[in-house]
Amino acid sequence: MISLLASIPWEMLIWSLAKAVFVIFLVVLPLVSYTVYAERRVSAAIQDRVGPNRTGFPTTLLGFKKDLQLFLGGLGQPVADALKFILKEDFTPGGVKQFYFWLAPCLAMLPLVSLAFIPFGSSFLGEKMVIADVNVSVLGVFAVTGCGVYAIVLAGWASNSKYPFLGGIRSSSQMIAYELSMGLSIIPVLMLFGGMKLSDLVQYQADNGWLLLPLWGGGLSAERWLMLLPLAISFIVFTISVFAETNRLPFDMPESETELVAGYHTEYSSMKFALFFLGEYAAMIVGSSLIVVFFFGGWSLPFIPDGQGHAATFFQNIFGDFYALLPDWFWGLANITVFFGKVALVLVFFIWVRWTLPRFRFDQLMKIGWLYLFEIALVNIFLTAAILAFTSK
Amino acid sequence: MAYVVQRPELTLKEKAYLPSIISGLKITFGHFKKMLKGETKVTMQYPEEKWDAELPEYYRGAPTLVKDEHDRERCVACQLCEFICPPRAITITPEEIPADSRFAKVEKRPAEFKIDMIRCIYCGMCEEVCPEQAIYLRKDYAINGVTREEMVHDKKKLYELGGVFKGLVHKWNPEK
Repeated sequence: MISLLASIPWEMLIWSLAKAVFVIFLVVLPLVSYTVYAERRVSAAIQDRVGPNRTGFPTTLLGFKKDLQLFLGGLGQPVADALKFILKEDFTPGGVKQFYFWLAPCLAMLPLVSLAFIPFGSSFLGEKMVIADVNVSVLGVFAVTGCGVYAIVLAGWASNSKYPFLGGIRSSSQMIAYELSMGLSIIPVLMLFGGMKLSDLVQYQADNGWLLLPLWGGGLSAERWLMLLPLAISFIVFTISVFAETNRLPFDMPESETELVAGYHTEYSSMKFALFFLGEYAAMIVGSSLIVVFFFGGWSLPFIPDGQGHAATFFQNIFGDFYALLPDWFWGLANITVFFGKVALVLVFFIWVRWTLPRFRFDQLMKIGWLYLFEIALVNIFLTAAILAFTSK
Repeated sequence: MAYVVQRPELTLKEKAYLPSIISGLKITFGHFKKMLKGETKVTMQYPEEKWDAELPEYYRGAPTLVKDEHDRERCVACQLCEFICPPRAITITPEEIPADSRFAKVEKRPAEFKIDMIRCIYCGMCEEVCPEQAIYLRKDYAINGVTREEMVHDKKKLYELGGVFKGLVHKWNPEK
């Protein structure tokens, strides 16, 4: 018994738990709810409206005269939203397939699992800031995000209603189509880097320049500059596929309101609906952190060192003394902040695109997926291979 | 001859789609930037900003009763407003003016005058029909209360809102 207890890697378990709690509960879930808030404020600004600017934090409940309004106004909105969802009636229509009807919203939060593979910081107190630092993290991420379609398909099917059903069907075909181009578009990155471990990929970018910004270290080689072309193509294809995978406009076929009432979650109410809603935004966060990790150097900023106080050689030579002034844990925290800052920027881009473009027609969506993106991603792989073969001599 | 709709030939730039997306993004960003700079004209933020000063002369707010300069109730309880009122919001209980009163010649006055503000639709017909010009729609629009009873304006409240209206009644005013 004692030997069994001793054989359990307690330190690793506790660290993983701590990291999971930190990422999921302290960063990503607040980020999800504030993405919803940002979506409403940004869309309002784009459409010349004001947006939610009233709800403060309810300090009146504690006896103060006014609600606490922080600098922007309306920052209490996510709290109010959550309260509203919890207090609403949870209505289950007759004729639904109960088990799957309940299962689907739970599965909608599945994208959060793939956050386990994403390095959200360099190292902090000597511990790598990634929950599961496995060798095949790229595959892991794609495997988990691929499961996201089950939530929608099950919701559509279990609802026993035609519009959710149509939404579910559309979603499954859309996700299958774009999963392909998404997977293929990332292959040039993996060919260049020669591995599948995301934490190493980010470290490589920190030392040798981001894949789309090869300005220091090994990034100044002819190979990397030639590779910019295929990498830019795979960046564009990957971004478009992420939009399609997360059901964002212009690809929000599964819930196109004008055609399908609300799509796959028409029959859902209360917290079950909220789970779909949050799952969509969680998927957005996963998608944007993937974009950041693959193409924009994850947690790295060129002039900020990693958690051990080391930057890329070029910057180390200039600012090395300054880096040593501040403790390593400070730089570790700085890296985490940089990562989530980048993710937030990509999220704003997502929102910006959503309020710019109209929706594609379904046949156009399929045409883009199968006839253009898939082929482009495929040709891109050969282009990358040719460049790598040509430059490696 | 049948009219043939010409389908536009798309250039390569238009077919590629991405350039037009970028120009679309520019437009929305322009709106976003204008809003951030505060150049966009937006909705009035109601409880903080109010439009009271700019309310037009003909604004139809809550109906009120008025007194004349001799502190006489103008209302003679003819009940025309009660009968004309489309949602039947007005209830008048008439009474005779006692003989020892200064205004005994007027004969009638309302003992109680109630307007149910939940029913009132602010149409202004009471004002229009009143032969004595005793009832006026004033500019009070934020009428609220916690109970139904609070929302019924009685005579006291109506005179409080209406106040004193000096001068001739319009129909006796040769200038009008």
